Amino acid sequence: MGRIFSGVLLALFASFTAAQNQVNMSPGVTEIGADIFELHMLIMWICVVIGVAVFAVMFYSIYAHRKSRGHEASQFHESTKVEIAWTVVPFLILIGMAVPATSTLLEVYDNDEAELDVLITGHQWKWKYEYLDETGENISFFSNLTTPQEEIYNTEAKGDHYLLEVDEPLVIPTNTKVRFLITANDVIHSWWVPELAVKRDAIPGFINEAWTRVPQEGIYRGQCTELCGAYHGFMPVVVHAVSPEEFQAWQAAKRGAAQAESQLAMQTLSADELMAQGKAVYETSCGACHGAQGEGGIGNAIAGSSVVMGDLSQHMAIVAKGVAGTAMQAFDAQLNEVELAAVLTYQRNAFGNNTGDIVQPGDVTGMSNG
Amino acid sequence: MGDHHHGPATGVTRWLFTTNHKDIGTMYLWFSFAMFLLGGFFAMVIRAELFQPGMQLVEPAFFNQMTTLHGLVMVFGAIMPSFVGLANWLIPMMIGAPDMALPRMNNWSFWILPPAFLMLASTLFMEGGAPAFGWTFYAPLSTTYAPPSVTFFIFAIHILGVSSIMGSINIIATVMNMRAPGMTYMKMPMFVWTWLITAFLLVAVMPVLAGAVTMMLMDIHFGTSFFSAAGGGDPVLFQHIFWFFGHPEVYIIILPAFGVVSQIIPAFSRKPLFGYASMVYATASIAFLSFVVWAHHMYTVGMPVAGELFFMYATMLIAVPTGVKVFNWISTMWRGSLSFETPMLFSIGFLVLFTLGGFTGLMLSIAPADFQYHDTYFVVAHFHYVMVAGAVFSMTAAIYYWLPKWCGRMYSESMGKIHFWISFIGFNITFFPQHFVGLAGMPRRIPDYALQFADFNMMSSIGAFIYGASQLLFLYNVIATIVSGERVSDEKVWDGAEGLEWTVPTPAPYHTFEEPPLVSKPAGTF
Repeated sequence: MGRIFSGVLLALFASFTAAQNQVNMSPGVTEIGADIFELHMLIMWICVVIGVAVFAVMFYSIYAHRKSRGHEASQFHESTKVEIAWTVVPFLILIGMAVPATSTLLEVYDNDEAELDVLITGHQWKWKYEYLDETGENISFFSNLTTPQEEIYNTEAKGDHYLLEVDEPLVIPTNTKVRFLITANDVIHSWWVPELAVKRDAIPGFINEAWTRVPQEGIYRGQCTELCGAYHGFMPVVVHAVSPEEFQAWQAAKRGAAQAESQLAMQTLSADELMAQGKAVYETSCGACHGAQGEGGIGNAIAGSSVVMGDLSQHMAIVAKGVAGTAMQAFDAQLNEVELAAVLTYQRNAFGNNTGDIVQPGDVTGMSNG
Repeated sequence: MGDHHHGPATGVTRWLFTTNHKDIGTMYLWFSFAMFLLGGFFAMVIRAELFQPGMQLVEPAFFNQMTTLHGLVMVFGAIMPSFVGLANWLIPMMIGAPDMALPRMNNWSFWILPPAFLMLASTLFMEGGAPAFGWTFYAPLSTTYAPPSVTFFIFAIHILGVSSIMGSINIIATVMNMRAPGMTYMKMPMFVWTWLITAFLLVAVMPVLAGAVTMMLMDIHFGTSFFSAAGGGDPVLFQHIFWFFGHPEVYIIILPAFGVVSQIIPAFSRKPLFGYASMVYATASIAFLSFVVWAHHMYTVGMPVAGELFFMYATMLIAVPTGVKVFNWISTMWRGSLSFETPMLFSIGFLVLFTLGGFTGLMLSIAPADFQYHDTYFVVAHFHYVMVAGAVFSMTAAIYYWLPKWCGRMYSESMGKIHFWISFIGFNITFFPQHFVGLAGMPRRIPDYALQFADFNMMSSIGAFIYGASQLLFLYNVIATIVSGERVSDEKVWDGAEGLEWTVPTPAPYHTFEEPPLVSKPAGTF
């Protein structure tokens, strides 16, 4: 008991002295974020003032009107005037709150005149970003959690951005109105970045709109906020806001890289190259469900699987198109030919599956849209 | 061996076949307490996993099963049946009726509950695990992507719904038809009023929930697409239907709690309830408004701005009747002659903490601010302030208040007070820091979290263990009272207690009011 008590004290002490413990909403970096923060503080202070007044009356009564002090009970039990007063006054206070709330809400809903459109698609359990381009040359990529399993399972020290780090962040230009078109591929997700004050549900089959205009460069982190299955806690959102010039350069580099990759898909790769890339793809895309050692989990075991060790075209079809009605997704939308070929090769040769099969990007061409 | 018409049967058949409202009330109360401990155990697993960042005790998939079952068991297994149990014991005694209007249906509405929960709990041992989609079971996570056990979950929800509807019909029939001569509606005790209104809410919305789970069943097994956009349906439709049930549901939980507090505060203030009529109207207004605010749970689904505005204004309005209630309770205490026995302590605890939960509710009603609060721990803190410090504290107060009447023995006052203070402190250590982590950006329903949330989560977990342990003290106190508490024989156990239930002998005999009493005084006056 004593230890628990001192633990509580310690936790209390630690909590209120350590500077990094944020106790309030962040005003964020955007204009809307600041408006929402002000609104939040306004309502909170109104509540605090009312609360202090009401509880002061109650505690005075608890102190002064106690039987143990010999206080005799009065027998009054109604007053229409008082009842009308405490119905009307709160109503007026509510109107006072509704006015700024309405104007902020209208601002949030002003999705017009965006300069850049980004399609955000929630997948179990990663986000896909696609920059919509008038010429049709869309840039698109997945953003996967990079926190290693060792950190999550406590065998390694946790990094500064534990669970809030991804391989490829969403990159947006500063001082530009960016419109997000948000949808989902499987279940409902919700895309949230607290410092941009943007939260919108990603709903399969429907497209929601949201927008932001970020005035300053920086890295802004958030998470999925709608329960979306086992790894709901492991699909962060990371946004890099960069200057418009840097954004142009980044776009050009992404387009160049996409071209290089499509050329790579024409080539024949060595078994070692395929295995090395396959291992990386397996760890980001397969391991969560099928186990780090192919032992299975939510998904079936890869090690010793009759599908993996059997007919290649069937194996390829399952990886590319998924299995309807299960958590097995269609990976042709998420991986390009090289990655698909690599991960197929890896699955057929790792975990003691030594089939010796080598799958080349050319073998999977036509299966992939990615 | 007395005349068997005047005493209970013996052995297990007494409980299986009983149609006595007191026996059935007792069974409801014990059942709900067992569920409270089960749901509490699930909560302890959740808090133990969240004690530190990183995955330690359970896997993410199992964590989701725990949060889902915790919510379902607490809402449908602990809180709702406990208030039905209280209604069974008290409504006939408060209105001067010999029993409930439909005693056989009463037996049935209780006895279908244990199998339903057995079935729900058994899903933990099924292939694919228990339901893991949250107690709000949003489609398509609960349909296309659900574990096979979802079908058992649907069946369990159907049974719970049937039980609730039967219980409500019984309460409505009893209150409307079996009041003692002279007991007009506006003379009924507040607890009876709040339950009458609650029963109407239940009859209105439980069929909606049944509709929602039936549509899920059709989507899962019979190829329909109510909630799947691929087949022309809409996942958001599920949320509209669920919350059309779900928002009135939270008032179904809290209105009887209001009723309990409206009985206890006057008793220990030795002063009639202030503004009885306005309390009745406020309760009815809250019930009415509860039907037109459901989409405030869905501000982020992408509703048109006109919809957002309507639901925001309607939700804010609920603050008015709720405020009236709080002001009335405090005015009841004002210039009374207050004493602080355990039921009063829990009622004041309710008053303070429920009001806090009401304030955060008002903050959440503001749609643009809700974009930052939605689905974070701020929401978790809010609804535990109203569900635990609201409903559970009020229920605990009720047990302490009426237990001496029921069993003719007095509980240990000092143990009761210790129970209150440990609960009060433990509760606040658990849930107050959750406001902070929520505002700082921690989403709900995650098994692991970023490092900046670590300190407050540890604090929360420690508080939860304290709060959980204090319930074992409560259990001990209740059992010790029933077995060996000091005998009380005064009809009015509490000097300030008012109402017909305090006019029958203590302990309350198996049959009361076989001859209806004559009521002349208005409710709650001396």
